Amino acid sequence: MNNIISLFGNEARKDNSQYPATVTLYQIPKERFTEAAKSMKTSGARLVAEWAVDETPFGRGFGIYACYAKDSEYLILKTYTPLEDPTFPSLTKKFVPAYRFERQMRSLMGVVPLGHPDSRPWIKHEDWQEDVYPLRKSFDASKSISRVKGEYQWIKAEGEGVYEIPVGPVHAGIIEPGHFRFQAVGEDILNLEEKLGYVHKGIEKRFESISWKEGARLAGRVSGDSTVAHAIAYCMSIESMTGCNPTKRALWLRALMLERERIANHLGDIGAICNDVAFAFLLYQFSILKEKLLRTNYKLFGHRFMMDKIIPGGVAVDINSDAKNEILSEMDWLTNELERLVIIYDENSSLDDRLRDTGVLTTEKAKELSVVGFVARASGQGIDCRIQSPFSPYDHIIPKMTVLNSGDAHARVWVRIEEVRDSIRLIREILNSLPDGKITESLTPPSTDKSGFAVVEGWRGEIVYWIQSGLKGGINRCMVRDPSSVNWIALEEAIHGNIVPDFPLCNKSFNQSYSGHDL
Amino acid sequence: MIELYPFLIEAIQILIVLLFAPLFVGWIRMLKCWFQGRTSAGLFQPYRDIVKLFHKDVILAENASWLFRFTPYLVFGVTVLAGGIIPILSLSLPFATVADVIAIVALFAIVRFFTALAGMDIGTAFGGMGSSREMMIGSLAEPAMLMAIFTVSLISQTTSLSNMADMLIHKEFILRPSMAFALLAFVLISLAETGRIPVDNPATHLELTMIHEAMILEYSGRHLALIEWAGMIKLFLFTTIGIASFFPWGISTLPSNAAIGGLGNLISISAGIIFLILKLGFLGIGLILIETGLAKMRIFRVPEFLGGAFLLSTLGMLSYFILE
Repeated sequence: MNNIISLFGNEARKDNSQYPATVTLYQIPKERFTEAAKSMKTSGARLVAEWAVDETPFGRGFGIYACYAKDSEYLILKTYTPLEDPTFPSLTKKFVPAYRFERQMRSLMGVVPLGHPDSRPWIKHEDWQEDVYPLRKSFDASKSISRVKGEYQWIKAEGEGVYEIPVGPVHAGIIEPGHFRFQAVGEDILNLEEKLGYVHKGIEKRFESISWKEGARLAGRVSGDSTVAHAIAYCMSIESMTGCNPTKRALWLRALMLERERIANHLGDIGAICNDVAFAFLLYQFSILKEKLLRTNYKLFGHRFMMDKIIPGGVAVDINSDAKNEILSEMDWLTNELERLVIIYDENSSLDDRLRDTGVLTTEKAKELSVVGFVARASGQGIDCRIQSPFSPYDHIIPKMTVLNSGDAHARVWVRIEEVRDSIRLIREILNSLPDGKITESLTPPSTDKSGFAVVEGWRGEIVYWIQSGLKGGINRCMVRDPSSVNWIALEEAIHGNIVPDFPLCNKSFNQSYSGHDL
Repeated sequence: MIELYPFLIEAIQILIVLLFAPLFVGWIRMLKCWFQGRTSAGLFQPYRDIVKLFHKDVILAENASWLFRFTPYLVFGVTVLAGGIIPILSLSLPFATVADVIAIVALFAIVRFFTALAGMDIGTAFGGMGSSREMMIGSLAEPAMLMAIFTVSLISQTTSLSNMADMLIHKEFILRPSMAFALLAFVLISLAETGRIPVDNPATHLELTMIHEAMILEYSGRHLALIEWAGMIKLFLFTTIGIASFFPWGISTLPSNAAIGGLGNLISISAGIIFLILKLGFLGIGLILIETGLAKMRIFRVPEFLGGAFLLSTLGMLSYFILE
């Protein structure tokens, strides 16, 4: 992928402020931004994220960044656009994920993607003033802004017997808010359009006014169910900028927490998916397993979700040999219980009937949409950054990747089951080879105008952080890309050809984060 | 002395329908919790739910018409009326002589019709969706239901449930294949008619998957209380129709001209109640075994499911003509 840079000759400049050095950042001219995207597309790379940065404090206008990945390589291309003319060429025609990234950049940063097919706002709802751009430095986050009247233009469908079903943003179950608009004929879904942004909390803006240390706490709150993974990604990107190397013990403990988070969430999901087809038995059984794990977390780490236990430079909590034995015996118990339930899941034909061939995301679509995580692995995409760009200890303790091709709800359940099995194995290996040592290293704040990047495989998939240090030693911009940011759109695709009452099941089998997407 | 006894029985029966129905639902929910490894909310939780709803305010949609406000009372009234026809405690019911099993099916059809109208009255997407699904199920379940009951009628040469039960009790007991087919069909239909798994999920919160719940989504307060209560009674009645048509043994069969207050009556009615409780207890377990072991089927499998029920009852009818 780096070869593509040679096409640009002198026009591409390597940016040496980017860390880690393995992830290269090149600056290219704005006119050639789409050309680069085109060559990336032909090389088979996927678009990981696209974001804009207000770099006026450095006197540079707006930075437009696009991050691509192929196998284990990550490449960031950036270009600048002046404050007076905040436009850039859209990548949407080359990469589908850019569709929402660019709508978001336009809504929140006020940079206009030229040639983008959709000018409707995203995340920033229509009752915000259109020319208020919260991510710009000129926006004062401490002031409230006045509301205006506005109406969102939905995609329309017309014809005999076509009707619309608006669902949400407030749902009957205890889930996050999001609006789904269906056009249907009878029970067949013609089109589904999502509208998100109801839990937009201004997290990215908030990062810019807090210290590096507090940043880890905030990252842990981007999406509560992946608090460990987000905090690790944040900490790793800072550590790469400052050259801080946490001790091996700290890294092993991070991985331990990450795998425990993965197991707990997957167990909860499997049960919840079964409950959506009214097979409540497995919901309660899997809930018992999840609850037991969370209680052990509370006992050993001091928090049920292990929130705030990952800090820049290491971890905040150590475990002793008693705790180690307790986790090991818990894993034995979990294996027994899990296998018992997996048999019930596997052998119940009525479950099988509902889950197979429901909500199919084909491998072609999955590739086109650049989905990540278990959604990708259930649709034939072998993407797992623990394996492709391993961070310690995954270079020693190698996870097993399960890739299925059917892309239906059952595949997404089965990938989760296999991952729980593998995470149990990983936890055993981590504990049996847990190195000694201290758990924190001191960390000096990064110097001005540096940027750091990190990817972590959370339970939902690849979490990406890109952080840029500001003039006064604080954070100038912290870009957060939860797997949900790319995976949500896949649900719109997977629902085609399904019937209305199967939507909750499809949605649950994806189970993307609203909070992580809306930020 | 005018024949007071049947009217007393009728009054007791209505009371039992009103009071036992929530208890039966409580029993089913309790069993369900136990089967899933949970602690239950107790046998009396449905009563508490109903009382709670009666204490809440009614919130009406702005465009709700008289139909929407009228439906809960109609649904409740008609369901209780059906409860007066089915022989639950005794075969000598004054109502039973004027209305047969076809009338019962028709009463439930009235309930369904008005609930579906009320579902569409508000104009929300969910209400309309629920109504259309409910009518689809109704159109398939009602004929199948009649076929299943008619199979039993063929044996007893009557469509009155009381006489059908009476015939079964007093005739010499023989195993009839036609009855077995009819029973199987009746179980399938009852699951669909009362909105149980695998056809509908009474406990779901997922608006898009609901059938019966989607129609009544906009109801609140006393309206919802009446509809919920009527729903519990419907489940109870379908169970008792099943009992009366297939397992009537133990029901009080005293002739209707017996003197009031006689010890014989008292014993017969008490025995009837005890048998009823036992039968309901066992049927609850059977229902929960089905509900725990099955996932809800895809909505377009329901016609196949009910088609199967219709086929079974037809087979029952055919085997009657062939074998008897």
